[in-house]
Amino acid sequence: MLHQTRTGWFFASPYIIFFLLFSAYPIIFSLNLVFHRWNIISPMEFVGLENIRYLINDPLFWKSIKNTLWFLFIHIPLQVVVALVLANTLNEKIRGVMFFRASFFLPVVISGVVVTILWKNLYSTETGLLNNILTLAGLRKVPWLTDPTWAMPSIAIMATWKNVGLYTVLFLSGVQGIPRYLYEAAKLEGASKFQQFIHITIPMLNPVLIMVVILSTIGGFNLFIEPYMMTGGGPVNSTLSIVLYIYKQAFSFFKMGYAATIGFALALIIFSVTLIQRQLIEKNY
Amino acid sequence: MKKIINMKKFLHFSILVLGALSFIYPFIWMAFATIKPESEIMNLSIWPSKFTLDSYRAVFEKIPIGSAFFNSVLVSSAITASVLMFSSMVGYSLTFINFKGKSIIFNLILFTMMIPFQITLIPTYILIVKFGWTDSYMALIIPFMVSGFGIFMFRQYFRSIPRDLIDAARIDGSNDLTILFRVIWPNAVPAMVTVGIITFLSAWNEVLWPLIVIRDQTMMTMPQMVTLFALGGSAEMQQGVILASAMLLSLPVIVVYMFFQRYFIESMASSGVKG
Repeated sequence: MLHQTRTGWFFASPYIIFFLLFSAYPIIFSLNLVFHRWNIISPMEFVGLENIRYLINDPLFWKSIKNTLWFLFIHIPLQVVVALVLANTLNEKIRGVMFFRASFFLPVVISGVVVTILWKNLYSTETGLLNNILTLAGLRKVPWLTDPTWAMPSIAIMATWKNVGLYTVLFLSGVQGIPRYLYEAAKLEGASKFQQFIHITIPMLNPVLIMVVILSTIGGFNLFIEPYMMTGGGPVNSTLSIVLYIYKQAFSFFKMGYAATIGFALALIIFSVTLIQRQLIEKNY
Repeated sequence: MKKIINMKKFLHFSILVLGALSFIYPFIWMAFATIKPESEIMNLSIWPSKFTLDSYRAVFEKIPIGSAFFNSVLVSSAITASVLMFSSMVGYSLTFINFKGKSIIFNLILFTMMIPFQITLIPTYILIVKFGWTDSYMALIIPFMVSGFGIFMFRQYFRSIPRDLIDAARIDGSNDLTILFRVIWPNAVPAMVTVGIITFLSAWNEVLWPLIVIRDQTMMTMPQMVTLFALGGSAEMQQGVILASAMLLSLPVIVVYMFFQRYFIESMASSGVKG
């Protein structure tokens, strides 16, 4: 037993070292930073609750929360609907399923940097592919990234395009796990395809649905490189995400204490939002 | 009846083709844009009047993209090797060894997996500064060497390996390290592939962390260099050149993906993680 304990701790030691250095220490340090003003160079200065007071009264912080929630509000339903449609279509015995699955998944493995550069071109107001198509169809050009109302939805569409392949595959394996006899019974009762989808597919997919919603919520709260590269948070801060705001406070303005405070606030928000979502989804089905 | 079925088939097929086109076409457009003359990039037709490698030539002239490529390969490989090694070690201890504190460690792992990185980002950066590791491989590799996700995946997989296998090896007098590398690893190839692909991909695509800890151009990774190139002045807003640098960043992943797409998809679908 003693021998087992020694080997056990030896094998677990990489994690313990990692935990102390990169989890425990940062969390304690970060908590400490919340009560200090610090620009890294001069010594830390204790300011009590000053950072929290500032946070509550900081319009840009609230703006960044609002922006991120707005992003999630467009991104998640869009992603769930598109992924459900693609997964259900893939599930109909069609030739070339492997090819389609692989092509939907391609943007998932590509760097967000590449996707952002690509879409910046597609979204270009004067010369971009999307507006060219709209012009051909006789429609008006859309100021995708240059108009404050359009900028965040544009980023949400791009993020959906990048991630939807993963969720399609998750839904597909969920759909394939639903027993055939449920549909056959429903058909005998005279249920339409749509009714079958609402009353069998959706409830049976509930666990996957919860996972998809929670994963894309967490992913959405981490929104950074897209607005950083595409818009720099503009126009008029309409795409300033929370992580981008933390990045700016910490590494452009060197307000480490305040940046840590936003970090904690964000963690709290992520925690409560995913908790609420869980409750809602589980209750409704 | 037959007609209805055909209509339906056709509808399904159109949805899939439209989907596939909208996911693949932008990449094809990008690939052609990098070998067009700069003036034709925004033309609707993707086929250029003449093919040219000018954009790629400009990338190589303006930024040390070769060294960034080398850095990215080195950093991603080191992280992947280390995650495979250490995560499987910890996973092994949690599955096959009975010791005091085991459940505490497991709960700590679950707990740390839930902490958003935004909390640890700044203190970790400060730690790197204190150690004097900014602008070094240490800064890029060490914070990613152990992964809670990797440990979790290995533990889940190891539980399906029969204990008899380990008991037999123990009776033969093998020590636990030998058992892990000689008995467990060959029996855990799917878990190794899953953790390996996801770790490598997320390391290859990581951009926020290098932006924070690396300032020296010779130490930059590919995504970081391409980001700064696209944003900064040295590309002179030439879209062809920026797209060429993006192409160089994604090409290795696209090529590997073409051959092993099944493993990529199954790995990420089984873990629900984007890499």
